[in-house]
Parts: sequence; C-alpha cells; structure tokens
Amino acid sequence: MSAKIQIKNFNLWYTDFHALKDVNISVEEKRITAMIGPSGCGKSTLLRAINRINDTIEGVRVNGEIIVGGKNIYSENTDVDILRRNVGMVFQRPNPFPISIYENVAFGLKVNGIASRKSVIDETVQQSLEAVLLWDDIKHKLKKSALTLTLEQQQRLCIARVIAVKPQIILLDEPCSSLDPVATQRIEELMIQLKDIYTIVIVTHNMQQAARVSRDTAFMLLGELIEFAETGKIFTNPNRKETDDYVSGRFG
Amino acid sequence: MKRKIDSIIEAIIFVCGILSIIFVALIFGFLLKEGFAFFKEFGVIGFITGDLWYPTSDPPKFGILPLIIGSLFVTAGACVIAVPIGVMSALYISEVAPKGVRDVLKSFVELMAAIPSVVIGFVGMVTLVPLVRTIFDIPTGLTAFSGSIMLAFMAMPTIITISEDAIRSVPWSYKEGALALGATKWQTLHRIVLRAAMPGIIAAIMLGIGRVVGETMAVMMITGNAAQIPYSIFEPVRTMTATIAAEMGETVRGGMHYRSLFAIGLVLFLITFIVNFTADLFLGKTKK
Repeated sequence: MSAKIQIKNFNLWYTDFHALKDVNISVEEKRITAMIGPSGCGKSTLLRAINRINDTIEGVRVNGEIIVGGKNIYSENTDVDILRRNVGMVFQRPNPFPISIYENVAFGLKVNGIASRKSVIDETVQQSLEAVLLWDDIKHKLKKSALTLTLEQQQRLCIARVIAVKPQIILLDEPCSSLDPVATQRIEELMIQLKDIYTIVIVTHNMQQAARVSRDTAFMLLGELIEFAETGKIFTNPNRKETDDYVSGRFG
Repeated sequence: MKRKIDSIIEAIIFVCGILSIIFVALIFGFLLKEGFAFFKEFGVIGFITGDLWYPTSDPPKFGILPLIIGSLFVTAGACVIAVPIGVMSALYISEVAPKGVRDVLKSFVELMAAIPSVVIGFVGMVTLVPLVRTIFDIPTGLTAFSGSIMLAFMAMPTIITISEDAIRSVPWSYKEGALALGATKWQTLHRIVLRAAMPGIIAAIMLGIGRVVGETMAVMMITGNAAQIPYSIFEPVRTMTATIAAEMGETVRGGMHYRSLFAIGLVLFLITFIVNFTADLFLGKTKK
C-alpha cells in the first residue's frame, strides 16, 4: 500500500525551542494512525504541521519534508489553501462558527468555490451531516445557531464541516477531550466508519482510545519519535523501553 | 475602631457612587421642568414638525424640523464616511498590521480622540471649507457636507477602538477553524471574524453616532448655521446642538425662547439616550 503522508527528517522550532526533532513517519492510506505521548511531547505540533496550520503562529520555523499526495507541502509553490482543503482538521475543543448549522457546513464549499448552486450545497450539507449521524437530530433546525448544539453535536458538526469539502486526510487533535465517555465512544465509532473513505491521523491523550481505534501508533517523547509500529505491537510488545514505560502507565 | 474606619470609607465610596446618578437625575429633572413648561404653552407636535425657527420674531415661531434635519444630515454624512473607514481601520489594526505598525496606529487613534472639537472646527474652517467651496463650485463651503467630514474624524476614534476590541475578542479557534477548511485570510476575516464581531461593531458605530449627534463646537463653526430645511448636503444647515449653544446667551431667563432651548435639549437627550441604549444592547450581546 502506498504511503499517504510521509514525514521526512522533520524539525520544527518555536522561536528557539526545538519542538520536533528529526521526525520520520509514513502514514498509510485509509486507516487510522494514532499519535500518543505525554503533554508537550510535540504530537499536536506534528499533527498541525501536516496542514500547515502552525504557519499562523509567530516564530515557527521548519526544516525537512512532509510529503502529501506525492508533493512536499513545505515547498515554495504549495498552495496552502488547497492543501488545507485536502487535509481537514478537527480541533480539541469543538469550534463551530457562531453562524447557523447549515452555514457551518456550507462554509467550506463556498470559500473553496466547490459549489455555488443552492441545490448542490443543500445536498452536500445533508450528505455531510448524514455521514456524521447528525442529520436526523437537527434537520429541522438547520437555521439555528451552531452554538445551541451540545458539545458532542458540535464536534460532529465540525467533522461534517470537514467532510463537506471532500478531503483525503482528516487530522483529529484530541477530538474527544472535552466530551463525556458516552459521546467519546460514539465519536470513536464514527471515526472507525470514516476510515474506509479517509486517511485519519488522531492525536490523543487517551491511550485506550489509541488502542481502540487505531491501526498504527506513533509514540513521541520530548519532540522525538520514539517508536512507530502497529498499534497491537506498541501496546503489547514495544521495542523501546520508554514506550513500554509509557503505555504501562509508569509515567506520563 | 477598625470597623468604624471601614464603615466611614464605605459611606464615602457609596456617596461618590451615588453622586453620578444624582447628577444625571438632576440634569434630566431640570430639562424636563423647563422643557415641559415650554410644551405646555406651545405643544409638542408643532414644535417637532414646525418648519420655521424664528424664536425672536413676533409672534415667535418654534419649529425645530430644520434643526432636526440639519442634525440628521450631518450625522448621516459623518456615518457614511466614518463607518467604513473606521471598521476597516479596526480590521487592519487588529488583524493585518505588523506589531510595530499596530502600536503606532493605535497611539495615533488615541491621539485623534484627544483633539478638542474646537480645534477640529477651526482646522476645518480654514482648510476644508474653502476647499469644498472651490471643488463643488458652490456659494459657500459652510455646508452639512463639510460638517460631516470633520465630524467623521471625531467619530472615528470611538468606532476604531471599540470595533478593534470586538474584533480582537473573536476566539482564535474560529479563525483556526476557518483557515483549516481552506479559507483564505480575507475570507476568514469577512465571513467569520467580522460576523462574529458584528454586535460589538454595531455598538461601536452607535457610540460613534452618539458622539456626532451631541457634538456642538465643530458643527457650529463649519456648517453655516442657517436654520432652514436643506435640500442637499451642500447647503448650510444648523444642528440642534449648535442652536442651543448659539442662542442660549441671548435669551431671557424663564422666557419662551429660553425654555424652547431646553425643549431642544430634551429631544437631543432622548435621541442620544436611544442611541446609547441600542449600543448597550449590542455590547451586552457580545459578552454572552
């Protein structure tokens, strides 16, 4: 199978702080890859490097390559807007825009010029909300503000918003950390459904979550990739002692 | 002993706090007293819809329609100029400008707010008024249009600072979310940031309008002070505020003319109260 995302000798600095050190990972297509590690290990930073959303932070410098769809996204002729359309992102705290539910999903279609005819937009909005199993609950209140939804619904909406622009890759940055266990389980089920269509990379604080949903797992520590292997191996028979200590709860 | 000092200090603070309410109530009471004395004799409808303001002729005519329209023209003109420029500046300062430029701009905007209105009026009188006269080839440059331009300068600092606060308080997560969906910086700004900040921006505009409606000195110096109903913004007008300021010195205390000026003050108070109240409503909305 071909590698969807190849991260090669990737380094990142926040001004003087060396946050990612020579990271190398190949993420495979149409499966869920998890990134775990203690707070501050750089897993979120690495995730945020894949759609270049780190660019918005002042003082960020990078070195090395991240290849998405055969192209180095850090080369000079990368169109960041197109990249971000192909590589969607769901954030830690649900961040629906303070506009209607419908407009939240239609936003990506409009700004990317994917669709302008109302019938096409209507259809995509419905499909996207159906894909995240939200349609039946909210189809009668599409015009209501997205902020009126529950946190879980908001997070589903954020996923629907990403799906609407038909990305190939979805990055999830601790998507369940502000949800209760029941909502978390339901979002996990959703992720497992979505992996048949999308390549998913998830950063999580919750080791059980990584074990439950992912096929491959990367363990990071202090900005370095310690180990990257199949999830089963990472959790039962890791090569490195640090990984073993972390997954068995000795630190972190 | 300690407790006693505490209660004394508490009492002093209480008095200071209550004083501002008392002052407003006293001013309002005084306005009401004189204004109502006038309305009792002359009537409200005739006052507001009358199109002639001849307070010293015999019999006197107290129609403030020309003054209301004068205030309206100047205010509307100032808004048309100040709102787009003010909101754009706020957007530039909060979202686009590099840090150094931002700091310089912000201090200039604050400086702008500190210019006394008489200075603005004076500068307008010697620079803008002749310019307007020659450019538009009209008999006098003392017009509603000139007043609007100068007043726009006075409304802008309010509009800029408050809008900027509103724009900057839009959560970063909204911007991040929009950018992550492939929106360009500009799309993010006008589709998400501006929309999220809109209640605050409307409040800013309202407070700016409040300042313009109540402004006296500058308009008195550059709008020509003709108490007639204008048919275009290139005619001289007289505002309600300028009328009060110009005529108060020549009235007889307690007379009809004197009281009519208080009645104008009452109308003005009502207008600014509504404007400020609307602003408060919108500011309250942003905080939720």
